[in-house]
Amino acid sequence: MPDAPGLELIRGEIEQHHPGAVLDTSLERDRAVLVIDAQHLLAVLNWLRETPGHEYRFLSSLHAADYLPAEPRFAIHYELLNRDRVERLRVKALLANPGKDALPEIDSCVELFPTAEFQEREAFDFFGIVFRGHPDLTRILLPDDYVGWPQRRDFPVGGEPVTFTYNERQYG
Amino acid sequence: MRERQLRARDMLRGDLEGEELERHVEEKVVLTSFEKMLGWARSNSIFPLTFGLACCAIEAPISIVTARYDLARFGAEALRASPRQADLIILSGRVSIKMAPVVRRLYDQMLEPKWVMAMGACSSSAGMFSNYAVVQGADKFMPVDIYVPGCPPRPEAVLYGFTKLQRKIQGNPDPGWRQRYNALGTEEWARGGPRSEPGAGDVDAYERARELTSA
Repeated sequence: MPDAPGLELIRGEIEQHHPGAVLDTSLERDRAVLVIDAQHLLAVLNWLRETPGHEYRFLSSLHAADYLPAEPRFAIHYELLNRDRVERLRVKALLANPGKDALPEIDSCVELFPTAEFQEREAFDFFGIVFRGHPDLTRILLPDDYVGWPQRRDFPVGGEPVTFTYNERQYG
Repeated sequence: MRERQLRARDMLRGDLEGEELERHVEEKVVLTSFEKMLGWARSNSIFPLTFGLACCAIEAPISIVTARYDLARFGAEALRASPRQADLIILSGRVSIKMAPVVRRLYDQMLEPKWVMAMGACSSSAGMFSNYAVVQGADKFMPVDIYVPGCPPRPEAVLYGFTKLQRKIQGNPDPGWRQRYNALGTEEWARGGPRSEPGAGDVDAYERARELTSA
């Protein structure tokens, strides 16, 4: 893991090349996090992957999160790994809620990390986040004709009400 | 032994007459209806489908065919790998909405007569998975003959359900607990469910159960 000064050094170096890309850093439970603007996602990931001395060449996980009612509402987490130094770095790209009918969009990183293909499809499947430039952005786990984005926080849980003695007036 | 064989041979030849013939028929011949014999044969030679959905599949069909529980005692040890050869499908686990068409297709491919056991809480009512991904009870999309409660049910419970299914196949199903305990009409329904009205057969069973309990 980069420690706190190391994380700030990374932030400073990225700021030199891509001003305004890094919004914040955090170091919780020894996990270094770079909070970035989604506009600069590919530039930051490419820089972390290619720059000598960093070389985070392995994307070990990609996942989406819904922080409703916070704003920006969505975030995509990229868990990067350098396998020589066994150092992990998390990049968190913030995505604003584009409104009721539009879907949030972010660039696809399949070109940089081919393993992201299925994981981006999963994030699209459950959160309705559109990855621009993805080769085949379709549902992966849910049925193709499913309607809705079920892991969003405002999605109803589903199921059926079950009648018990204490609530039979309500449902009976 | 030898004597009996000779007597059977004599009867087949038509040499047996009078009182001897009467005695032989009384000892050796059982009269029954064809349906009963068919039901007896079917219930004791069920071919279950080798099919598991989730964690319940560890108990059935895997555990119940092992030597410890031994489904072969009930004549059902021949698990078939193809639905076209199977009589019984055990829904062992939750049915997700993506799996439901596949399960239905398997069921449709099975030849008549066929039976379905919903094993465990999940395939009976979705159990703890009251959410967007799981069908709320497998009886939403296919007929179910017998429900085995439990999470997961013990293999003994599955075998108990199996013997109940055998009696159902023989045309002599056990009454449900509501019939046995004079509790017809106490069904509770979730919102939008059908009203609880016992059918004609239920009333007869109810009367029979009442006689049995008062006797």
